Amino acid sequence: MGNNHDENHAHHITPLETYLKVAGALFALTFLTVIAHHFNNQLGVLAAPIAFLIATVKAVLVMLWFMHLKYDSVMNRVIFGAGFFFLALLLFFSGLDIWTRVAEFSTL
Amino acid sequence: MSTDSTHAGHDHHVAHHFRNAEHEYLTSKEGIWLFMVTEILMFGGLFVGYSIFHNIYPEMFAEGAKYLDWKMGFINTLVLIFSSLTMALGIYFLQKNQPKKAVVSLAITILCGAIFMVVKYFEYTHKFHLGIFPGRLLDVAKVGAEHANLGMYFGFYYCMTGLHGIHVLLGMSLITWVLFRTIRGDFNSNYYTAVEGVGIFWHIVDLIWIFLFPLLYLVG
Repeated sequence: MGNNHDENHAHHITPLETYLKVAGALFALTFLTVIAHHFNNQLGVLAAPIAFLIATVKAVLVMLWFMHLKYDSVMNRVIFGAGFFFLALLLFFSGLDIWTRVAEFSTL
Repeated sequence: MSTDSTHAGHDHHVAHHFRNAEHEYLTSKEGIWLFMVTEILMFGGLFVGYSIFHNIYPEMFAEGAKYLDWKMGFINTLVLIFSSLTMALGIYFLQKNQPKKAVVSLAITILCGAIFMVVKYFEYTHKFHLGIFPGRLLDVAKVGAEHANLGMYFGFYYCMTGLHGIHVLLGMSLITWVLFRTIRGDFNSNYYTAVEGVGIFWHIVDLIWIFLFPLLYLVG
């Protein structure tokens, strides 16, 4: 069969070293978020954005290397990205509804 | 592709509606990613609900977060990250045709899932002991809650961590399944689709916890 060549480059094998580095970064970021937590009073309103920024960086590391999205097809990246897009849409319109209608006219 | 049958163990036969092994692998993986979208949206609904009510009742949510021990969440975060690493390594060793190492990696992953659930068990039972239940079941007098609607926070807490816990248990079962299939010799560098799919599921369990930890334990 003439398709043998497709298989050779299609499956990228991430080196062991890369996995260990990514895990190391994830552990370090977990410690960082807990350290930041101890300065919550000093950080004030920035405390929550910093915690979620760290979480987002961790999530991106997991998605790109552990879930192999870095070497996956564009289609699969678009599919997964669509999930987050529609989640953002849900948050946006729910928020809009709560703060322009419910908060204004309801006793909720 | 006659060279496919040189590997020991059960040989994988490509289903007849696929052109070849690669076509089958890519199709299966696309299916897994579509499934992952439904996971994001399912948990996403809870996250959106949490954000909205957190904005409406910030003081009540802050009170609720005080009842959580960040150390427990912290330990569980480390355990889940480590399990994600061993899951990825399980696939790596199959790609390198080292099934014994893959079996060890998958077994450690299951063990980490079990440790996570044990920690969760202690967290839950401690809260039950204090009278902390979801919604109206929360014993406001016994807890000594400052806010009468504190049960709402714990409604979110139990739904989000509970749904996540169910995913951990499901993931552990799925990893056990691919672990036995690895021992049987079903997988090698040419065919490991099921392990890859289960791996992606396990990583999304980790991914959701990465957001649940700061949301529930740190920020409140």
